[in-house]
Amino acid sequence: MRSMMKASIATLALAVASPAFAESHALSGDLKIFLDTSNPAPRATMEMVIAEFQEMHPDLNIETTVIDREAYKTQIRNFLSAGDETPDVATWYAANRMKPYVDAGLFEDVSDLWTEEDIANNLASTKGAMTIDGKQWGVPYTYYQWGIYYRKDIYEELGLTEPANFDEMKSNCQAIVESGRTCYTIGTKNFWTSGGWFDYLNMRTHGFDFHMDLAQGNVKWTDDRVRETFANWRELIDMGGFVENHQSYSWQESLPALVNGEAAAILKGNFAVAPLREAGLTDDQLDFFQFPPINPDVELAEDAPTDTFHIPANAQNKDAARAFLRHVVSASTQSVMNNGDNLGQLPVNAQASIDDDKFLSEGFTMLSENSPGGVAQFFDRDFPAEMAAEAMQGFQEFMVFPDNLDDILARLDKVQERVYK
Amino acid sequence: MTTAALPTTGPDRGGRSWYKRNEIAVTPWLFLAPAILFFAVYVIFPIFQSINISFYDWDGLGEATYVGLGNYAELMDDGAFEVSLWNNVKWLVFYLLAIPGGLFIALFLNQTVTGIRIYKSLFFFPFVISQVVVGLVFSWFYLPNEGLLNAILGWFGSDGINVLGDPTLATYGIIAAGLWPQTAYCMILYLTGLNAVDPEQVEAARLDGAKGWKMLWYVIVPQLKPATFIAFVVTIIGALRSFDLISIMTNGGPFGQTRVLSYYMFEKALSEYGFRMGYGAAIAVVLFLIMMIFIAYFLWSMWKEEKAR
Repeated sequence: MRSMMKASIATLALAVASPAFAESHALSGDLKIFLDTSNPAPRATMEMVIAEFQEMHPDLNIETTVIDREAYKTQIRNFLSAGDETPDVATWYAANRMKPYVDAGLFEDVSDLWTEEDIANNLASTKGAMTIDGKQWGVPYTYYQWGIYYRKDIYEELGLTEPANFDEMKSNCQAIVESGRTCYTIGTKNFWTSGGWFDYLNMRTHGFDFHMDLAQGNVKWTDDRVRETFANWRELIDMGGFVENHQSYSWQESLPALVNGEAAAILKGNFAVAPLREAGLTDDQLDFFQFPPINPDVELAEDAPTDTFHIPANAQNKDAARAFLRHVVSASTQSVMNNGDNLGQLPVNAQASIDDDKFLSEGFTMLSENSPGGVAQFFDRDFPAEMAAEAMQGFQEFMVFPDNLDDILARLDKVQERVYK
Repeated sequence: MTTAALPTTGPDRGGRSWYKRNEIAVTPWLFLAPAILFFAVYVIFPIFQSINISFYDWDGLGEATYVGLGNYAELMDDGAFEVSLWNNVKWLVFYLLAIPGGLFIALFLNQTVTGIRIYKSLFFFPFVISQVVVGLVFSWFYLPNEGLLNAILGWFGSDGINVLGDPTLATYGIIAAGLWPQTAYCMILYLTGLNAVDPEQVEAARLDGAKGWKMLWYVIVPQLKPATFIAFVVTIIGALRSFDLISIMTNGGPFGQTRVLSYYMFEKALSEYGFRMGYGAAIAVVLFLIMMIFIAYFLWSMWKEEKAR
């Protein structure tokens, strides 16, 4: 039975040599899709997209498995090398986060998809994030901006405006602290929240290229330039800019401070908007600004993490998988998938329409017009896993005990030596 | 040899099957076989597999490269490992408080009052609920602004402390949470033990004028020795396997100060950012050796007891 199916897939593969033909050709067999979109809204979105694809290919037997988002991060290692049980399509993250699997030969090279006109022309902005060793290893399906979400009503009450530079950012913060609030809420029990602050402070102090040099291990952590970044960070810490006891809160637990007005802003990805709205903040109260420039000589660069689809190298039905990837990134699917009723994020296809949401449109404008320096994926996706884990833990320690900086940086140098050998 | 011991039941002894002839020798092994098989496959074999992996640098996906004792050499120089090891020691020492705690609650509850069964079950309750729930309840209890602990401290004019956010306090905070169910466990062991205390000895001691602490120390506690031994075993093992509370309450934080060896191993080898199977295995081997010391001691004292009988 299995050999028969393999044979039929082989003939199918021969028959659909041209990609254009594959789109129109009836696909058959099984298509196993593994998703990490376990939160209600993303899950429903994915199910809708898959149902659409099923309608287009009625002969295909699609099996969808949704795995808890956190559990997925450890399970992926097992199911990518599970022989016949390997899924045909799996979600993951871009950039360095996919490197271990690319290096181990567990992801399929899908450079062929990226030469197709539709994808080559419309997905160019994320191509870099999907490229390792000059080849593309998957396609993106959504991305979102990071930036500062702030309480407009508090800013107005104190007569503050969106800061245009670091000095204004600090003077705003001073005014907020004097009014008995804190400037920024953060929950560093999730280490990555501090990674966002480092990303921005480092990219604003020394630029995107320096940040990537550090990510690639070409710059030491004890370098004076890295210390400058931490010195800027320390100014905010020392003026009482961050909520106290942040090491005891997860990022979700850090949101109430913003909702009840104890803190005036948060540096976060766009995914924070939904829970903040649910908690009762209206669009009049909540607003967004781009992280202001620190060093006027460096070009602005942004964090915009990209979530992706991949075909495991051991997949059984790669033709159907490729067709599914094409379907996901098409302009029409992208417009629907990322609108406010579904993922509420930014579509990756340049032809797709962006939902009429103030945060999404502001984010899109920022990323397309005001991010000349480049777009980073996020600290724990740009830096190798081990380096990221140690560093983010160090950032947390720094935010609680800024005086430990020398110790932290020396430790990170040691990890760096081992990770990038 | 065994055939000679068997009763001769018929004239055609040679005609019986091999199994019939060796029944007495073979049957115990047959009953033991499933357990031995599973123990070998799921315990013994993985031990050697881990020891083997600890000599390699392996990310769990690609090729493994042999590094000899490299992982262990790195452990010696790893501050986070040192912290985890010390935390394990703290766990071992302070977790033992569950034994006297359990004993005193058991003594307190060992009386006949109306409704004593309800009180006993209430005291036993924390052991019944999941460690995850215990961890959650205590982490809420410790919350810096909203938590009950700081509300109580506030009545005494204290500013409040962030137990789980303070690197010097956090481990003790988690151990305290662990003591809650563990004390209940020791209490149950002692309650059963107290039932077996010989009333005549107590009577005799009373006639000799023993009471209070003397009575407890020289008459009651020696009779509770079997219960104390079991309580000691389960508490030591419980301390060494502490993982769930740490994972629930702090994720090893703040900045890795509450990790123990088992959690550090998990973080290095199996967590979201962990790709160092060899290093994780080396940590596991160290933990295994520590456990071996205790297990060997337990086995030895049990063997001694058996021989004395």
